[in-house]
Amino acid sequence: MSVLAKPRKTLTLARQEIRDGLWLLAPSMLVILIITVLPVIFTLVLSFFDTPLSNPVPRDFVGFGNYLEFLSSQQFWQAIWRTLYFTLVSVGLELVLGLGIALLIHARPPGWNFLRTSLIIPWAVPTVVNGAMWRWIYNADYGALNGVLLSLGIIEKYQAWMIDPIVAMNLVIVADIWHSVPFIAIILQAALAGIPVELEEAAAVDGANAFQRFLLIRLPLLQPAILVALVVRTVEAFRVFDIIYVITSGGPAFGTVTISYLTYLESFTYGHLGSGSALSFLISAFTLVMALVYIKILYRPENRA
Amino acid sequence: MKRKTPVQTMRNLVLMALVLFFVYAPIAWLVLSSISTRAELLNVPPSFIPKEPTLKNYLDILVPGRAASEVASTFKVALGNSLLVATTTTLICLLVGVLAAYALARLRLPFKNKLLMSILSVRMIPEISLVIPLYIVAAKLALLNKPAVLIITYLSFALPFSIWMITTFFEAVPMELEDAARIDGCSRLRTLFNVILPVATPGIVSTGLFIFLLAWDEFFFALIFTSTLAAKTAPVAIAEFTGRYAVDITAMMAAGVLAALPPVLLALIFQRYIVSGLSAGAVKG
Amino acid sequence: MKRIHGVLSVLLVAIFLIGAAGCASQPQADGPKTLRVLAMQQAGPTPDEMNAIVAKFNAANPNVTVEIEYVSYDALHDKIATAMSTTPPAYDIVLVDDIWYAEFAANEYLLDVTDRLDANMKTNIFDSAWAITTVNGKTYGMPWLLDAKYFYYNEAILKEAGFDAPPTTWEELVAMGQVIKEKGLVEYPIAWSWAQAEAAICDFVTLLEGNGGKLVDEAGKPIFNNELGVKTLQWMVDSVESGVSNPASITYVEEDVRNVFSQGKAAFASNWLYMYELAALNAEESQVTGQVKMALMPVFEAGKAAGVQSATINGSMGFSVVGKSANPDAAWEFVKFLTSEEIQKEYAAHLLPVWANNYEGDALTALEALNPATPATVPMFKEQIPFSKVRPKVPYYSEGSKALQLALQEALTGQKTAQQALDDAAAVWVELGAK
Repeated sequence: MSVLAKPRKTLTLARQEIRDGLWLLAPSMLVILIITVLPVIFTLVLSFFDTPLSNPVPRDFVGFGNYLEFLSSQQFWQAIWRTLYFTLVSVGLELVLGLGIALLIHARPPGWNFLRTSLIIPWAVPTVVNGAMWRWIYNADYGALNGVLLSLGIIEKYQAWMIDPIVAMNLVIVADIWHSVPFIAIILQAALAGIPVELEEAAAVDGANAFQRFLLIRLPLLQPAILVALVVRTVEAFRVFDIIYVITSGGPAFGTVTISYLTYLESFTYGHLGSGSALSFLISAFTLVMALVYIKILYRPENRA
Repeated sequence: MKRKTPVQTMRNLVLMALVLFFVYAPIAWLVLSSISTRAELLNVPPSFIPKEPTLKNYLDILVPGRAASEVASTFKVALGNSLLVATTTTLICLLVGVLAAYALARLRLPFKNKLLMSILSVRMIPEISLVIPLYIVAAKLALLNKPAVLIITYLSFALPFSIWMITTFFEAVPMELEDAARIDGCSRLRTLFNVILPVATPGIVSTGLFIFLLAWDEFFFALIFTSTLAAKTAPVAIAEFTGRYAVDITAMMAAGVLAALPPVLLALIFQRYIVSGLSAGAVKG
Repeated sequence: MKRIHGVLSVLLVAIFLIGAAGCASQPQADGPKTLRVLAMQQAGPTPDEMNAIVAKFNAANPNVTVEIEYVSYDALHDKIATAMSTTPPAYDIVLVDDIWYAEFAANEYLLDVTDRLDANMKTNIFDSAWAITTVNGKTYGMPWLLDAKYFYYNEAILKEAGFDAPPTTWEELVAMGQVIKEKGLVEYPIAWSWAQAEAAICDFVTLLEGNGGKLVDEAGKPIFNNELGVKTLQWMVDSVESGVSNPASITYVEEDVRNVFSQGKAAFASNWLYMYELAALNAEESQVTGQVKMALMPVFEAGKAAGVQSATINGSMGFSVVGKSANPDAAWEFVKFLTSEEIQKEYAAHLLPVWANNYEGDALTALEALNPATPATVPMFKEQIPFSKVRPKVPYYSEGSKALQLALQEALTGQKTAQQALDDAAAVWVELGAK
């Protein structure tokens, strides 16, 4: 009897845990299901129909028509190209600058605490305020950028920066970098602080110079933090919308229309909900892939504490 | 730590000054613009320090009945809406998230990893994929243009985020504390509230802060789901300073500063928690 | 059991909070019928005046309660489009910009009110006003906010240059401009709103029509890339090159034009009616008060020869009933009330009436005496409105306009020749029209 008693007790305990778990998880899962999963499924369904905004019901089935249509549309590929450009340049620069600032703080120059505190401000400023602020700085007639460049003698006359699509895109990237570098700098600096001092001292004793120490000790140990920062920022950059809406509204000459903005145009401004849904699906798919990569890497045994 | 040579210290100081300049210059311009008169701002080149600083723009927004512009005099209400929505969203996410996080952190569930991954993935879904179905349902339930609709829709990104973050913090609480409490006869919930939460409070505060900032910052849902002062939030109101022909620049800058104050102040006051929150994500995953 | 209680109590708190937030806003008016209106806050009467009008209507119609919401112009189009996705729609009455009428009519957003118009309306409202809300012979709303672009000039600068009267043709303007430049009075005689925005289309249409040209033909096919179109665009490009038109015009929208003109940095400008009061009478906003005059919009010699007396762009808005509305009849009553002669006369301080007979006799005198600006603006309105032209009523106008805006920019910045730019834009219009 005693042999049987133990297994039954363990089973009940385990089942009880699962039951407790389900109760505790129920409210959240219900909310997530209703507010996120179901709407996404509905959007997916809509993407297979020719749905106008004025009547968002699945009516005229077109199968993969919407998807094929934008795969063959120049506007779509240009938007993808711009989004990739935005993502690569912004995240790339943010990583480099963020690492630099993290190293700077880590070196503990006088006032480093003030620097770290100050970094919080650009990060905490709301995106819309950030956009409005930079838009005013870039203003062709009265903006501070023109004012500063003119006063320094770098330009002779005020320039209308935002009318060139390429310049405009890069200026939006600058605004985004200003807002996002602190995030990376803070994460990396915290990770740097976690590197045992003894490791670095031992390497110094062994004759490694600063650069070698950086490359062989810090960088590898920073890998998890860099990965987190990289993936989070990449997903965010790929989905960028708010800052573009506020600074350029997709212009000039569609020069800042990223894939999210194109989705917005298709769904709301032109009323082609079917295409818009298909496009938003593409974005979801890409970000989900990125999320899986993220999870795979982070949950690798050596990265889990 | 190797001591720095004077040259290195000089170099670091210079770099630091550069970084600080780039951090503060845009904000300084924002604040200076908000206390300038329109005439001064329209000079070429602009007087960077206003010769006639004025608080007019702020007074227009904060003192009832002063402003000529409808948008300025009603901005206060938008700020209030932002506060209501952000606070309520944060409270709900913390309450509900703590329960879910406890289950994920402590209980042995066969589907735990898959669930965690799903929760993370859900966070990745862009708002634009959700907006139309949510809009239709909100319209049917007569929830449009009410703060409640924003609170509910914000849960779509805030709840997964809070569950994930709190789970991380709970996992960091030593098992011994929990085991001790359980041996003493505490139920699961009692353990959660009396033992785990007090220890994990910094993490909860950190999560709450992040959610508040996320909700305060949100723009797209607010744009689509609200249209009047009954529910309009600060970001939407700021976008409206752009009139059909004109942009009221000085008022927009003042509104911008006011809209940025709560999140910036909160972040500065609780910066310890922000740093720990960000690094919890980085180090532990 | 304690566990379940714990969970349930948390859920209750959450529901309570959501409910509290939901009730934090105004409770719903519980009348038998509620009409919701979507309007714009920077248009026409102030919100206080609009609310007063609504209050009057509510008082006179006890079975109906009207609620009005305001959004900014930029948000208006998309808010209307989004509101159409539900049944019943979120709004019963919407304010529509004239360039959206064709699109909304094609998407069946709006109620066809052609048969609901009475004879009084048809005869006494300006024809150019009906052109706004009529698509393919059917009328979809009441014209409400009538505006056009006017020709402003700085009398003092002209006098100093030796001119007593404003130009009547664009060629004259260029000649005058060159004299003004030579005398060093202003660097760039005229500033335009040629930014890559709808504002540029407005100016292009003004000039094109002044040349006897049109954007589309009777069948709605784009013809702006024909000889007249190319000539017009080329004139624009040349005027920048010769220094008559301010080169920064390609970044300007209407406010920028107003700023430049009000600082005395331009002798001529084309802008909407709102500029008059600020530039001519408001010393805080303008350095040229007392020097500002308006005249009939010039045309080109070729247009004159073709019989065009004056041509300008019509930029108006109308109020329409939403087709899917649950209470279309009540909604139409409100629209009629809002745009009626009596109401428009009473609130004419910020909104010039669409009724032609308000510009005759006693009514005219009353209008002119309303505020310091009206003695100048009212007669000018009366003179210019009949010559205002609407933009093409094609359903794809929003997209097509963007392509044309791009074409204008490309030609003005020298990236393409005028012919090439317009041809490319026309190709886009043809493609859009085929869908």
